[in-house]
Amino acid sequence: MNFQFLGDHFVSLTVTGLTQGAIYALVALGYTLVYGVLRLINFAHSEVFMIGTFVTTIIWAGLGFSVGDAAPGTLGVIGLIVIAMIAAGAASGATALVVERVAYRPLRKRNAPSLIFLISAIGASVALSEAVGALTDRQPRGMPTLVVPKVQFSFLGADVTNLQLGIFFSALAMMIGLDIFINRTRLGRGVRAVAQNPDVAALMGVNKDRIIMLIFILGGAMAGAAAVLYDIKVGLTTYSVGFLLGIKAFTAAVLGGIGNLRGALLGGLLLGVVENYGAGVFGNQWMDVVAFMMLVVVLLFRPTGLLGESLGRARA
Amino acid sequence: MLLELKDLTLLYGRIQALHGISLTVGEGEIVALIGANGAGKSTTMRAISGLRAVAQGSILFDGEDITKLRADLRVVRGVSQSPEGRGVFPGMSVRENLEMGAYTRRNRAEIDEDLDRVFTLFPRLKEREKQAGGTMSGGEQQMLAVGRALMSRPKLLLLDEPSMGLAPMLIQQIFDIIVEINQQGTTVLLVEQNAQQALSRAHRAYVLETGRIVKEGTGQELLHDPAVKDAYLGVA
Repeated sequence: MNFQFLGDHFVSLTVTGLTQGAIYALVALGYTLVYGVLRLINFAHSEVFMIGTFVTTIIWAGLGFSVGDAAPGTLGVIGLIVIAMIAAGAASGATALVVERVAYRPLRKRNAPSLIFLISAIGASVALSEAVGALTDRQPRGMPTLVVPKVQFSFLGADVTNLQLGIFFSALAMMIGLDIFINRTRLGRGVRAVAQNPDVAALMGVNKDRIIMLIFILGGAMAGAAAVLYDIKVGLTTYSVGFLLGIKAFTAAVLGGIGNLRGALLGGLLLGVVENYGAGVFGNQWMDVVAFMMLVVVLLFRPTGLLGESLGRARA
Repeated sequence: MLLELKDLTLLYGRIQALHGISLTVGEGEIVALIGANGAGKSTTMRAISGLRAVAQGSILFDGEDITKLRADLRVVRGVSQSPEGRGVFPGMSVRENLEMGAYTRRNRAEIDEDLDRVFTLFPRLKEREKQAGGTMSGGEQQMLAVGRALMSRPKLLLLDEPSMGLAPMLIQQIFDIIVEINQQGTTVLLVEQNAQQALSRAHRAYVLETGRIVKEGTGQELLHDPAVKDAYLGVA
């Protein structure tokens, strides 16, 4: 154990953790939205993210930027990122919608018990990941280094790079946007109404199927955006990339209180930070152990997560 | 006729809950459905609003067959229900609950007009505008549920046990308001355990027993019917 290291690098581990956590949080939103409305854990959400990572590299390659290519100027990079966000957001949103249509809706129409949904979710997850595995010969796919990390400023002895700032604040902006959409708009009210009481929501004239489609698309789009940020940060993706990241994001959602949008943010950031501290103390190979230990400990004391559930609060 | 149920049959699994219900509600009327617990009153309401699929029979609303229409589309046609147990959205403010009632409407000026109308009918709701629905008292939640049902500007207002759990004074008040809403032009079909109030305020009423209509008449007729008195009015 190396507490000396943790003490020396505390701020820098925090910065790294917040960056990683922002990506967890964006993906966690998809789990939390679907759970809040349907009481369903969409295990295929990790593959929705994975699709986004591939669409990003394909779009960039299509625009002439493959592995090893030099990045264009700043404006060009921003353009590539924005285009990738739109494309990956759309592709991931569409994937999520297909999963809902194929794997969940038919079961819902037959009032299947929740265990059946879980099996269907795992099935959809494996099918998607294996399909991409087959299509890519299980080879990882690289991409150009679009953003070379450059120290922007030092904060309490820790260097903060343009990459970290960019990832953190673009993730934060998207989460705030989603929060405003859910809490301030008519459609967002419809989402909360279905989460709180689906029958009464129908009596208000809310089309439940349309709301369900909407949350899958929204969650998918957020995962697609997260996929772009992940690609920029890691520079590599593979068909199995969703597995661990998906579990981490799901952990983040549960940690913050599944069904609670702000909980997803808190849970994601906390998970990112704590696992980095853990890596600092015990070494990198212990990172995931620390992350999941924290989940267990938090759930022991607060079974509903840190912020509890809010979308479907007090549903009968 | 604004609403007509023809020989409606409904099943809960293998149990038959409604055995051929036929009833009508004319434009401008207040019609009451009375009966004991489990007689099928709330089930009939759910069939009309579309929360429960019917096995046989038909529902005509405003001259059109809506038997198979989805619940949310019935709201657009002009059916609005204040459900049993009120169904207030607990995590939304009073204001948001009322806005939910106007979910199918887009004309902001008209919605604001109706918000004013509901706040005039229920001044208490105006005072509690920002409070979360789930933290209000039973009586306040009842007012909110009725007010919310009005926000879709319904042709037909379905009220399921509007007096349930209310203090006697509030029961008087809520029935006064129901009559007022009716006089402003909304047709009302209400289900009540409080038969005394319901019959004295309704134009017409039906008595339900184990999924069948066993009696119908004007409110006054049933109020003075010995069998009804015996079974539902708690007087000798």
